[in-house]
This record gives sequence, C-alpha cells and structure tokens, in this order.
Amino acid sequence: MGFQIEKMSFSYGDNKVIDNISLHLEPGRFYGIIGPNGCGKSTFLDLLSNQSQPAAGSLFFMEKDLAKYSKKALSRLIALVPQNFYINFSFTAREIVLMGRYPHIPRFSAPALHDMEIVDDVMQKTETSQFKNRFITELSGGERQRVVFARALAQETDVLILDEATSNFDVNHSIRMLNLAALGVEKNGKTVITVLQDINLAAIFCEYLIFIKNGRIAAYGKTSEVLNENTIKSVFNVDAKVYHDSYSNSKQVVFRR
Amino acid sequence: MFIVIIISSGSGYINIKFVDVFKIIASKCTGNRDLLEGMNKIFSVIVFDVRLPRILTAAIVGAGLSISGAVFQGILLNPLADPYTLGVSAGAAFGASIAILFNINLFAFAGISSCSVPVFAFAGAIATLFFVIFLASSNSSATRSGLSSNNLILSGIIVAAILSAGISFLKYLADEQVSIIIFWLMGSFASNGWPDVQLTLLFVCTGFLISFFFARDLNLMALGDRTASSLGVDTKKVTLILLVTASLVAAVCVSVSGIIGFVGLLVPHMTRAVTGPDNRKLIPVSMMAGAILLLCADTITRAVLPSEIPIGVLTALIGGPFFCYIFKKRQMSGSGI
Repeated sequence: MGFQIEKMSFSYGDNKVIDNISLHLEPGRFYGIIGPNGCGKSTFLDLLSNQSQPAAGSLFFMEKDLAKYSKKALSRLIALVPQNFYINFSFTAREIVLMGRYPHIPRFSAPALHDMEIVDDVMQKTETSQFKNRFITELSGGERQRVVFARALAQETDVLILDEATSNFDVNHSIRMLNLAALGVEKNGKTVITVLQDINLAAIFCEYLIFIKNGRIAAYGKTSEVLNENTIKSVFNVDAKVYHDSYSNSKQVVFRR
Repeated sequence: MFIVIIISSGSGYINIKFVDVFKIIASKCTGNRDLLEGMNKIFSVIVFDVRLPRILTAAIVGAGLSISGAVFQGILLNPLADPYTLGVSAGAAFGASIAILFNINLFAFAGISSCSVPVFAFAGAIATLFFVIFLASSNSSATRSGLSSNNLILSGIIVAAILSAGISFLKYLADEQVSIIIFWLMGSFASNGWPDVQLTLLFVCTGFLISFFFARDLNLMALGDRTASSLGVDTKKVTLILLVTASLVAAVCVSVSGIIGFVGLLVPHMTRAVTGPDNRKLIPVSMMAGAILLLCADTITRAVLPSEIPIGVLTALIGGPFFCYIFKKRQMSGSGI
C-alpha cells in the first residue's frame, strides 16, 4: 500500500533533479516535503502524480507500477494542487470546483445531485461559496488558490498532493486549508503529501518530514525526531534554534539575523 | 439557420420570392415536380445550381472556421489563437497557390481535375502544422508538456511569415495567373459547386464530432497541463488529436474559399460572451454562429453591395475594428477572455 519508491532518478537533460531516492510512504499519513528552492521538490511531486516518469528505478503505488495506471483511474486516486496556475478563460468558481468531479462523471452525462452536493460542501468548507458565481479571472490570487484547493477536495481521492498550495494564503486560510487536509487524514485515512515553505507550519501539521537537498533525501522521519538544528543547518545552511512549543504542541524553529 | 438560407437564396441579382425558394427546395427534396408548376424554370436552376451550393459552402466554411478557431484557442489557452496564428492557413494558401500557379493537375487522368487545389492546400496545411509542432517541441527536456503554447504560437508566426513571403514570390512569378491567385487568396465563394459542399460538409462534420467528443477534456486543459493531467486527461494525446483535427478543418475551408480572416478568431470570442467558456456549449454554438455570420456576410457581398467584393476583405473590414473594440473593452474591465 502507499508509495513504494526504489532508487528513483529523474533528470532534465544533463541536470539530475532526482538522484537515487528510495522511500516508502504509508497511507493515512500527513507528509511534509521541505527543501531549498530548486532542490527537486516539485519534480518529486510530479513523479508521484505520474506527470513525469522516473528515468531509473521504480515507483509503485498500491503495489502496482504507477506508470501502468490509466490517467482516468489515477485521477480517482490522486489529486494534485499545483503551485502555479493561470486560468485564461472566465469559468465561474463553481464550474472550476465541479471540474474536480469530472473523473467521476461519464463523458456526456450531466453531474448528478450527489456531485452537486459534494461541490457545495467543499465550497462551504473552503469558504469559497461567497464567490461561487464570480469568474475565476476576477478573483485574487489567494481566493483563486482556494478554489483550486476546493477542486482537488471535490475530486475525493485517497491521496492529496499539495505543491506549495498555501503560498498565496493568509495565515487564517493556511491553517483552515491544512486543517481540512488533516481532517481527511484523521477521519478518512487519506494520505496528504505537501510541499511547504513555512517550516513551522509544516511542523504543526505534518507527522513526517522529508528533507530534500540536491535531488537526494537529506533527512526523513517523524517530525519530532528529524526536525532539529543539525538538519536545518545541513539542508538550508542556516543557523536556527529548534524547541518544543507548548502552545502549538509541536516543534518550532526560530531564526535570527 | 434555415430561414437565413431561404432568405439569402431568394436575394440576388434576380429576386425570387421566398415562397418559391421554399417550393423549389421542397420539390427537390421530395422529388415532387408539381410544386414547380407556374414558376419560371430558370428560377429553379438559379436557386439549386448557382445559389444553394455557394450558400451552403459559405455556411459550412463559417462553421468550420469557427470550430477550428474555438479548438485552437482552447488548446493553446490563448484567445488570440486561430488557424492563422499557427500558420496553418498560410500553409494551405501556399500549397493552393502552387497548385494554381503551375496549373498542376494531378488527377487529370481520373477526370476530377477540381481536386488538385484542395489536396495541395491540405498537404500545405498539414506540412506546416507538423513543421510548427516540430519547431515548438523541445526534446531537450525542460518543458513538462513537450508542447508549450507560447512556443507553438511563436513558431506558427515565424513559419507564417516565411510562407507569406513565399506566396508573394509565387505571385511575382505568376504573371498572367496572378489575378486568379490574388482573388482566391482574398476569399470568395463565387465559384463553389456541389462537390465543394460535399467535401467541406464531410470534414466539418467529422471535425465537429471529434472536437465535441473532447470538449470536456478541453475544459480541463484550461486549468493547465498539470491539473488537466491530474484530472485524468491524456493531455499530449488530446492536444495532438485536436490540433490535427482543427488544422484539417481549416485547410479544407481555405482550399474551397481562400483566406477568410477573423471568423475563426472572432466568432468563438463573441460566443464565449454568451455561453461562457464551457467548450461543450461553446463549440456547437460558435459553429452555428459562424455559419450564420459568414452566410450573412456572403449574402451582403453578393446581393446587397452594388459590385461583388471578396468576402475575405469584408470580414476583415468589419471584423477587425470590432475585434479591436472587444479586445480593448475586455482589457479595461480587467476580466479575462
């Protein structure tokens, strides 16, 4: 079950972006991926969501080669919230969220009542209902990203992959969205794999952290064990203090100039 | 749609009553000769052999150009895309110009000489499309999708520029036939007969069915390749199928009627203002709108204006400024396209 990664590599031309990664991701857990810019985080997520295929090594999902799944089947199992998106056509927010249901609706059928209920439900949870009939092109960056997040939730997949999905959110919405994701993990046994820039946010929500540097895994393990001064120093080359914070009930990292 | 056809069949140098037009069509369809009694026999010939083929071709070409424009815009996520931006029309025109210039008659032995222009236009369009795709696709790596829309449009414009220089050169060489090429390039339905109707109808219908089949995938592709792919769309395959389909439809349209500008660009735009960007509504509605628009334009050049001007000139003259207006208005309101 989950993702079984063995000696996976991937390169763009001569540039080796993912270098011999072996990892086992269990279902029902909240994983955070942390690393410096350009370390291969997004590429790693692309490989997990079968946007690209490994050049070497193997990548199995639920005991089957990921590349052997049809796109259609995979779209019911894995949802992706991308980092950048640019929507040029004036779909309404609700239409965008409804697109998350397309993998479950046959090509020429109208959405069923059940689909509509899911759409309205996730829009309420993500606080996007108030602009459901506005055009996606008119929304602010954060609002748009919430709509895209709602779209991924509407897809109702076992695995939710977030590529810096909270980058445009204010702190209220970051916590609200990550809570929604965490709720899915706790209640429904879903798997969340997210890239986060904010280490402290990652420390609050993620049970497991994967530190990536130069396409390799620099550190991997339970957040409480793996998040420490040495890891931060070796991955980011930054001096930091890591302590247990009782208010957030998690490890927190502070920096100084 | 039907009403517009009837009205435009009736109007022209010789005015024919609408009732009579209806009777003529009905009698042809049902094989009932009685309906034609008491009517000038020449009317039936005018309507059926001269006007109807031309009218139907105009409508079908309008539909075809609109479908192809809507599909290109959807794939390239670029509302300025249409057969011209990709160089497809230029390719078709170049192919057809060669056929006209050298008076090539590949099919003389088979007795269907009228086919060489479409076939050459066709070959030109497809060759251009693949060359543009070849230019645009970087096998070196860095692009995830393999075919980025910016690259496609850039390559299309480059190739189109080269091809129009080629067409100019052909015109320079053409001497006596230059007027044929120029008039054909400006776009006209004047010389279309029933074979043209059948040819375009076949391709436009097929094109419509294919693009309608993929309309939902095209919607998802508006969210970007990565998202579309994670929602179960095989983006590379769909892109390729739709590009080839849209180019074929455009090539057939160009080959029967010359270059008719702005229909493929403008009609999907206007339609999108009414239906929204959902391709499942957009494609069929812009097909109808394109058919009616081009038919009206053709009727105006033929029947209303004192002397017949090429329809391509008319659509560009009316469509161009209108397009500028829409474009500016959209920019001011800040909403997307």
